[in-house]
Amino acid sequence: MKRLLSLLLLCLAVPVSAQTGLPPAPYADRQLDDPQQETAARDLMEELRCLKCQSQSIADSNAPMAGDMRSQVRERIAAGETPEEVRNWLIERYGNWVSYNPPIDSAVTWPLWIAPIILLFAALWLARGRFRKPKDRE
Amino acid sequence: MNRWLLWVPLVLFGLFFAAVAVGLMMPKDNIIESKMVGKPMPEFALPSAIEQRPALSSADLKRGKPTLLNIFASWCVPCIAEAPQLLELQRAGVEINAIASRDTPQDVANFLNRWGNPYTRIGADTTSKVQLELGSSGVPETFVVDGNGIIVHQHIGDIRQEDVARLLELLKDAE
Repeated sequence: MKRLLSLLLLCLAVPVSAQTGLPPAPYADRQLDDPQQETAARDLMEELRCLKCQSQSIADSNAPMAGDMRSQVRERIAAGETPEEVRNWLIERYGNWVSYNPPIDSAVTWPLWIAPIILLFAALWLARGRFRKPKDRE
Repeated sequence: MNRWLLWVPLVLFGLFFAAVAVGLMMPKDNIIESKMVGKPMPEFALPSAIEQRPALSSADLKRGKPTLLNIFASWCVPCIAEAPQLLELQRAGVEINAIASRDTPQDVANFLNRWGNPYTRIGADTTSKVQLELGSSGVPETFVVDGNGIIVHQHIGDIRQEDVARLLELLKDAE
């Protein structure tokens, strides 16, 4: 009985909140009324990196800061900015790092785009022997 | 086929394995520096975070004298750790303004009562809007701003004892 009671009490425990108690920004989890704008905002959110939990996009993250970024994205798009303008606004502040779709404009980013193509050709070249007709066995 | 060519896949696998191992074992570098360093302070006007201190706008940060802009929150533990250093900087004559990130007036007041209040002005940034404008990605962070409102330096994380002298030097250079 005691054990059951302590188990039940454990269920009531609230995790210590290391984060803010404030509610999220207005448009963090609220869709825009215009479906076209909402789609544009949504697509952009999938390509922006969360600053707190750095392997997630802001669309996937529950961090309060990601919520605030989603709200900023929606508010800016609702105000008539294009997704590229919003992306550039963030890149201006945080660098290419913040975007999951980095431009080919620096020594760091071009291998990202070139490497897969080089690897593909290398693989084709390695495999070319396999596609040849085995003439000598005829 | 050349004999050495047989080894290519194994070498490639070895490289791949090494890259993954290094990625797993090296601690992740989580610091994202703001690209706003060297640029003018973005325009903003925040309401006051507590009754006892006035509100903060970007105009307050270009009054001819270099200042510190500290981003903190009552829910942030490293902010407690840096409180003595901020008080020391204030005693050294530095004007420190603050942005309270995602906080309530009551919580900010309690925090400052407990750990000291080195701030001249405190703005309440309840939706991280100004923080995003600044290219800041967390709390605590401290910006050194020169008298014309140009951001000179960004200090990420809590200010430790060994950082105080450097910040004072940066403030002096910004004059």
